[in-house]
Amino acid sequence: MGEPGIVFWILSIVILVSGFMVVSLKNIFHCALFLILCLFSVAGIFILLGAEFLAAAQVLIYVGAVAILMIFAIMLTSNLASEKIQQSNENVLVGFFVCVTFAISAVMLLAKTYEGVWGRMTITEPLPSQNIATLGKYLMTKFMLPFEVVSVLLLAAMIGAIVLARKESA
Amino acid sequence: MSPTPFILMELQPVFAWIYELLQSLGFKGDLLTVVVYAGLGVTVFGVLALLALYLVWWERKIAGHIQQRFGPMRNGWHGWYQTMMDGLKLLQKEDVLVDTRDKPVFFWAPIICFVAAFCAYVVMPFGEGLIVADLNIGVLYIVAITTFTVISLLMAGWGSNNKYALLGGMRSAAQVVSYEVPMVASILTVILFTGSLSMVDIVESQSGMVFNWFIFRLPFGPIAFMIYITAATAEANRTPFDIPEAEQELVAGFNIEYSGMKFAMFFLAEFVNLFTVSAIAVTLFFGGWQGWEFIPSWIWFLGKTFMVVLLLMLFRWTYPRLRVDQLMEFAWKILVPIAFANLIVAGWMKHAGWYW
Repeated sequence: MGEPGIVFWILSIVILVSGFMVVSLKNIFHCALFLILCLFSVAGIFILLGAEFLAAAQVLIYVGAVAILMIFAIMLTSNLASEKIQQSNENVLVGFFVCVTFAISAVMLLAKTYEGVWGRMTITEPLPSQNIATLGKYLMTKFMLPFEVVSVLLLAAMIGAIVLARKESA
Repeated sequence: MSPTPFILMELQPVFAWIYELLQSLGFKGDLLTVVVYAGLGVTVFGVLALLALYLVWWERKIAGHIQQRFGPMRNGWHGWYQTMMDGLKLLQKEDVLVDTRDKPVFFWAPIICFVAAFCAYVVMPFGEGLIVADLNIGVLYIVAITTFTVISLLMAGWGSNNKYALLGGMRSAAQVVSYEVPMVASILTVILFTGSLSMVDIVESQSGMVFNWFIFRLPFGPIAFMIYITAATAEANRTPFDIPEAEQELVAGFNIEYSGMKFAMFFLAEFVNLFTVSAIAVTLFFGGWQGWEFIPSWIWFLGKTFMVVLLLMLFRWTYPRLRVDQLMEFAWKILVPIAFANLIVAGWMKHAGWYW
């Protein structure tokens, strides 16, 4: 791995700028599009890290399903679609300080552990060409419990959504 | 590659020659990689644009003959350069813009649609060794990158600020999100037996005799293919699943406000998508570029793909369009259960070793 190359910096700038656009633009449809750009660039970072499967899953799930359903909801909600939305309220100052504090602590934490984390994250041996198979094997053996818990959580969310939708129509 | 008399018909030596030429011109290291990939991109783009033009012509001829007329006849032999003339005409046309459009969204929608359509070809194995990049997430990459087509349709529908366009965009999103589920489930059935997502591995696992093609793996192979081809027709927004642009209901659907070259981009992207889904079908179910060795592998690939394209074109001009609610019901109540049952049966047979 070594030093992050120019692609990393381009992707980071795109992520930050589009992320800022998501929370600052007045047109909520544009916000959703910038969210897609942001998520797509994160997939690019995953590719730089050699995690192609994660990148594809990121695009498939976040861009392909979550973001599209968001746009769908925006289009169906007429008062969201037509008006310009005020994205901030009177707590903007407090929120700003909270965010700055969080950012500073995150940077400090990273700076403190940079050496150790970087040392552990540097991949010395070549990645296995079939890392998806390895991933699947681990999901079915070592990480069986978290995998199942996530499945149950998603199932619960799905059933909840169906229940909510049915109540409205009844 | 085994030595055959027709080895010169294979394209690989050509690429090797270009590579050496570039090296002798003084390109090396990263620059060489960039130049090679840019060249590959331009080549694939050119071939596909030409292919899409001819698919348009072919489709019009088939439609004509099915409806007992000739289709385009004026330009050249049986109208062979009709689409090029149409393209030139669209280039000269005024780009009519609606005042109430959402400017950036309206501008970017056709571009994203066009780019997304071509992105899938990064991992498409056109022939033995004829692949731009053999990613180890191959099929998954294609499934992921084609979602940008939906986003572009949604953008077009929204940016046009037109109720028909908006309805078309929303219908397409609902349709593609629904049909992606059975499609991925049918692709998974193939992956189960390949044990790899790489397109090259998928093709090579079907080598040997014809009965090693996945479509002949009874009973789940044909079922998976039928589910895939149904879902793919829906993904490519073609009749009987073309409700995003149902003329009788929506005038022209999402592209109603687009004119000139922007319309042409949507139109061409549609035909590139048609070729994409057919090429994936060939790779997954018909052994990709495998065939008798005295015919070059890329001809096998193109030939098989054109057969699947022909099938989809016959679908389009034979079946009536489904209604929106029928379409969604068909996806969720029929296709999804069959696809998952098929996947489970295939998994069980793989576990029991009842396959070849």
